[in-house]
Amino acid sequence: MTHHSAFSLFAKALGGHQDWPEQWPDAAPKPAYDAIIVGGGGHGLGAAYYLAKKYGITNVAVLEKGWIGGGNTGRNTTIIRSNYLYDESAHLYDHAVKLWDGLSQELNYNVMYSKRGVMMLAHNVHDVQSLQRHVNANRLNGVDNEWLTPQQAKDYCPPLNISPDARHPVLGAALQRRGGTARHDSVAWGYARAAAALGVDIIQNCAVTAIRRGADGAVEGVETTRGPIATKRIGVSAAGNTSVVMQMAGLDFPLESYPLQALVSEPVKPTFPCVVMSNTVHAYMSQSDKGELVIGAGTDQYVSYSQRGALHIIEHTLAAICEIFPIYRRMRMLRTWGGIVDVTPDRSPILGKTPVKGLYVNCGWGTGGFKATPGAGDLLAYTMAKDEPHPINAPFNLDRFRNGRLIDEAAAAAVAH
Amino acid sequence: MILIHCPYCDEKRPEIEFANAGQAHVARPLDPSSQSDEEWEAYLFIRANPRGRHHERWRHVHGCGRFFNAVRDTVTDKFETTYKAGEPRR
Repeated sequence: MTHHSAFSLFAKALGGHQDWPEQWPDAAPKPAYDAIIVGGGGHGLGAAYYLAKKYGITNVAVLEKGWIGGGNTGRNTTIIRSNYLYDESAHLYDHAVKLWDGLSQELNYNVMYSKRGVMMLAHNVHDVQSLQRHVNANRLNGVDNEWLTPQQAKDYCPPLNISPDARHPVLGAALQRRGGTARHDSVAWGYARAAAALGVDIIQNCAVTAIRRGADGAVEGVETTRGPIATKRIGVSAAGNTSVVMQMAGLDFPLESYPLQALVSEPVKPTFPCVVMSNTVHAYMSQSDKGELVIGAGTDQYVSYSQRGALHIIEHTLAAICEIFPIYRRMRMLRTWGGIVDVTPDRSPILGKTPVKGLYVNCGWGTGGFKATPGAGDLLAYTMAKDEPHPINAPFNLDRFRNGRLIDEAAAAAVAH
Repeated sequence: MILIHCPYCDEKRPEIEFANAGQAHVARPLDPSSQSDEEWEAYLFIRANPRGRHHERWRHVHGCGRFFNAVRDTVTDKFETTYKAGEPRR
């Protein structure tokens, strides 16, 4: 692997960027591995990287049924934040935000993490009380979050309409300054490149079709579209398709998969300096470095694997965007798409062991998994390497749906997160 | 937008008239106090999440207001059939 630097970039520029080597080899599956990760998104590639880097397990394969980062990693709205209400969630998401810091250096790959701030709007008295509670809870957990008046919110994000006559009046906002965005594709590519350099095989176009188990029930390997592969440890990081993979091991999961849509506008000059979210009217927006406004819509109401959603969901979001940011009323939208998100009953992820020996899972991130990419990868790797969860992800076990110790961010956030 | 056939109104109407009400044929336990934690987990939280043929409940909220069941393919989103609540699983 060639080291990337300002000098190497300059040298390649002189050559017209014609002779960049491939970032990582296109591996073919070997007969056996020490560990297999199912799912080549950011989370899965991150887990493979940390297994090799921090836990010394380098004989690892990442199996991806399509192409690297072509699922939810390439379909999200790239928002990073950690202002979650409950202690367990705050620790989990802040673990990830801490890893985002310095990730570009660690991977020697620019993931373009930009701490431009995430601002959440309050439109009514309930929002004010709820967001102020979040601010206070976050600060007690050492997570930065602050309360802004409408004028302070407007100063931070000038396109915001804070007129008292607005359809959705702004009564205040909660701002997490460490929040922001990153380039989602770079995250997948950076992890893939760094993991491959440590000996991990990144295998694309290789769908898992069955999970093989021994007489004692422990996993012995997987069947794939490119032949059988033996292994004692499988980490499933398959997002919307987790239920399907878990069925191969005979496990029913507390998950439902929904399409979640996003869209981008035509690219324009920089006008939008931060990320703004409004849970009440269900709209959130930022501007990419390319200049497109990146807008997140809601999920469809029914279970689906179609990777596209209904138009009325987008219409609802754009109506809200036009009210909150009237300057964008004449913007044209360029593309819309959908990803399949796996949602748990309490809207918190499941990250840990399963009842099947050797089978580990990282799922249930619902509509908000991108921000957790480095943290989820690290914690899945830890859990697989030690065969026990890290204290940070221990509360996010599967047993909570039996013993009732839910981490109910669903009630805390109600919608998008 | 999907068109959904309401078996009570006997009409195909746009999706926005309907509310999805989750998986169909999940029976509430007849004797709740005798249920184990495992059975409660299965009833409350475990859901079929198939990639393919799926049984689900819908409610015609902006129409007749009644619940009915449907069979839909979750990959194509195509409805196979809808039928009245209380009728056997199709």
